[in-house]
Amino acid sequence: MSIDVFLIISESINSRAMASLYCKKNFILTRSVYYEITSIDVFLKKRILSKKRNNDFSKARHNRQNMQIYGLKRFHVICGHRPDIPSETKGVTKLNLWKDITRKWQLYALFALPLIYIIVFKYVPMYGAQIAFKDFNVTKGITGSPWVGFAQFERFFHSHEFWRLLRNTLVVSFYALLASFPFPIILALGLNYVKNERFKKSVQMITYAPYFISLVVLVGLLLQFLDPRTGLINTLLGWFGLGPYHFMAQASWFKSIYVWSHVWQNTGFACIIYLAALSGIDPALHEAAVMDGATKVQRMRHIDLPGILPIAVILLILNTGQMLETGFEKILLMQNPLNLRTSEVIDTYVYKVGLVSQAMNFSYATAIGLFKAVIGFILLIIVNQTAKQLKQESLW
Amino acid sequence: MHAMKIKEAGADRLFTIVNYCVLTLVMLIVLYPLVYVVSASFSSSSAVLSGRVWLWPVEPTLDGYRAVFKNTMVVRGFMNTIFYTVAGTGINLLFTVLAAYPLSRGDFRGRNMFMLLFVFTMMFSGGLIPTYLLVKDLGMIDTVWSMLIPGALSVWNVIIMRTYFQTTIPGELLEASQLDGCSDFRFLLRIVLPLSGPILAVIALFYAVGHWNQYFNAMIFLKRAELYPLQLILRDILVQNEINIDMLGDAKTAAARQGLRELLKYSLIVVTSVPLLVVYPFVQKFFVKGVMIGSLKG
Repeated sequence: MSIDVFLIISESINSRAMASLYCKKNFILTRSVYYEITSIDVFLKKRILSKKRNNDFSKARHNRQNMQIYGLKRFHVICGHRPDIPSETKGVTKLNLWKDITRKWQLYALFALPLIYIIVFKYVPMYGAQIAFKDFNVTKGITGSPWVGFAQFERFFHSHEFWRLLRNTLVVSFYALLASFPFPIILALGLNYVKNERFKKSVQMITYAPYFISLVVLVGLLLQFLDPRTGLINTLLGWFGLGPYHFMAQASWFKSIYVWSHVWQNTGFACIIYLAALSGIDPALHEAAVMDGATKVQRMRHIDLPGILPIAVILLILNTGQMLETGFEKILLMQNPLNLRTSEVIDTYVYKVGLVSQAMNFSYATAIGLFKAVIGFILLIIVNQTAKQLKQESLW
Repeated sequence: MHAMKIKEAGADRLFTIVNYCVLTLVMLIVLYPLVYVVSASFSSSSAVLSGRVWLWPVEPTLDGYRAVFKNTMVVRGFMNTIFYTVAGTGINLLFTVLAAYPLSRGDFRGRNMFMLLFVFTMMFSGGLIPTYLLVKDLGMIDTVWSMLIPGALSVWNVIIMRTYFQTTIPGELLEASQLDGCSDFRFLLRIVLPLSGPILAVIALFYAVGHWNQYFNAMIFLKRAELYPLQLILRDILVQNEINIDMLGDAKTAAARQGLRELLKYSLIVVTSVPLLVVYPFVQKFFVKGVMIGSLKG
């Protein structure tokens, strides 16, 4: 009687459970029989293999690197064939890279499409960014245009726009970063102490909702509410004899409107991650604290806050690294000629110089964009290194 | 639990009360603008203009919605957006799974190199202009492809999905399948994907939200008005305040026009936002999973 054997070389109990599960599910397994395997060596000795082959397997068990290679061998063994691999182990371990790749060609076939996408749509533009150092001419193309060195950058640094753009970008970024950091944490801490599940669920459901509203709608809402004649805010202020204020037309109001509408839209969604972190805190800590007579505020201060600190640090790093990625799509929508003095940031300027203005200047716009990208990249590295120094969690 | 409730000390009771109050306040701050918009969209234009709408619709009408759905631009934009969202999300999911699965396999040679290649694009990019030039050179400007292909993959979502595959699909399952001669294609299709429902739902939602709310790519890549997605039309009406006179055809006087104009904006906001707000609660229970996985170190 020929029996095909289902064999797993692994020391975990899990694998056995998985094997039986797998047998039951009967996906592809049709001819195999599952054995209770207590010891692979014994099993192999008794049932299938010669002593020589058995030695090969026991070696494999101790050499994790060889596991992959033996995967092939096992397959053959189980089908009742003698594997046609060289008998001496040396040859097997040095199974070359190419053979390994061709054996898993399907993985590479799957990966091909995304890889092509990344190269074409991410790396080709990086190559194209060289026009920042050229005087780009559409007819000559990217490679054909003459090099001009750092001329475009110098022009930018010396332009009267430079300091204004830099200041606006930094002010809006820092303001947004600092204002939007604490609220999700506070919301999560508060929600964590709510015992009434229905109340908790409704708070979550409602605070997440603005995240799904589009920027166009959000800015539309702002314009409606802040409208000097028909807007809700000005009607309200009118009761107190104030206003009407034309908020959107005042340059000084721009950053606050931008930042606080951002907080309104994103706080709920951002708190999810802190809620998840809070639920991961060992309840024994809380029980012990309760036994010691700690109040909820004390528990929050001494258990919950330290518990979510690592995640908070990671998020702060992430956000700082992305700081210069000001939500320029939103800023663009909020801009009008009257608030341009404070609302023009690097990204919106790149867009205008490159794609909107009459004299489109691709090279100049690319140079400005590249300047920002490099600064952002350096910022990310610095922040991450700092985090490492502090022995906190870091991104890599 | 019950015993604890009774014994709750003074300080804790105060905390609980303050906590509930603050959370209720937060909820109201978030909810009120949304409720106001919905109410305003159902109110009469004169009530909206004179600021008589506070919580519930005043002198309820459907004028705003009538004006919205009579407008061919808006209806076409709506159809376009549905197409971009469905087709775009499909492409996104395909690309993301194709990238994430091999990267989740420990025996995928060159995986670290590929990972680095992918992650680097999150930290550094060629910028707006080179990307625009590329799309232009590929001849995608002013075609539907420009809305679907340039954003076909988000590396962040690839990392989330890869981590999910690594943590929830046991290696033994792969070994067992390989023993039976299951190919990688088949393993992905028959075993990995059926086990990844929650993460697929979350990622699909994130992508779909992105497509639904997209206006910037449409603004720079599309020129023909019949390809415009809803958000771009919305931008003209809400932000630029450009409304076709014929949309307000019903209104006789200038004041009535002004009123209908405002009403129209509120109705448009509701029409645009409701589809997502209706869908998201169904996927909400998976959020924690998706977001938490994303936060794990890659």
